[in-house]
Amino acid sequence: MERNQQLRRQLASMRQSLFDQGHLDEQFILLEELQDDANPNFVEEVVTLHYRDSARLITTIERALEKSPLDFNKLDGYMHQFKGSSTSIGAKKVKAESTQFREYCEAGNGEGCMKTFQLLKRDYATLRRKLEAYFQLARQAGPNEIACRPK
Amino acid sequence: MKAPEKEILGTKMNHRHRPKITALVVDDNMVVRAIHHRLLQDLGIENQVAVNGKEAVDVHSSGQYFDLILMDMDMPVMNGIEATRKLRAMGIRSTIAGISSRSLEREKQEFMEAGLDDYHEKPLTADKIVSILHKISNHSG
Repeated sequence: MERNQQLRRQLASMRQSLFDQGHLDEQFILLEELQDDANPNFVEEVVTLHYRDSARLITTIERALEKSPLDFNKLDGYMHQFKGSSTSIGAKKVKAESTQFREYCEAGNGEGCMKTFQLLKRDYATLRRKLEAYFQLARQAGPNEIACRPK
Repeated sequence: MKAPEKEILGTKMNHRHRPKITALVVDDNMVVRAIHHRLLQDLGIENQVAVNGKEAVDVHSSGQYFDLILMDMDMPVMNGIEATRKLRAMGIRSTIAGISSRSLEREKQEFMEAGLDDYHEKPLTADKIVSILHKISNHSG
């Protein structure tokens, strides 16, 4: 019982830090509100879908950034898709970096694109790692803890 | 959206014992499709998904009808603008709401002129869906 309470406190703290550190925004809360007894793993399922989708796009963008000259229209198109997926799960930092990348595409700034993409990949990997740890702990704590509004 | 609001919505949408509202989610992004599907499901709206505009047109060509179509703009094979034009040309009078991440007024205008009844920027929320649904109930009288 005490162990479970400790897990739940840890889980709530992990969750809050994701918002406090700017990794997630209110869109993540909307996903949590769609989770219920009939769809108990909805948030994790959607996030897993996102990672499948976004991993493919990151590889595509990496390859496109290796070409010379850069095709900014294509890069913008790929990042538009990536941004849409990231926005859908509330990935705040990654979304902001996606927007910045697209601005560099519009300006034809290849160096800006590459630098921003490195930042994006770093924050994407960080969020992925934190969310995987969060969901793993949530599974240990039990299903009721996931839909929990921030204080 | 809180549970009492959902109940009021359900009562309003189903007054006079009308059949349940049906919807079609048209978006090439699997994450967006999953979320929009669930949002509609949570509001008691039966819905299907299509991965691009062509699939949306094909499903109507097969004889299916939906009260509401949530149409993304940027999709491969057939985009939302073209799909909306085709559906209207086919005589489809469903409520079609454009749901896109595009924010420029001229982009929105082009989409609206294709035949939309409404337009909302992503991300879609339950409140935005409710405002779209009020248009359906007003059209039905």
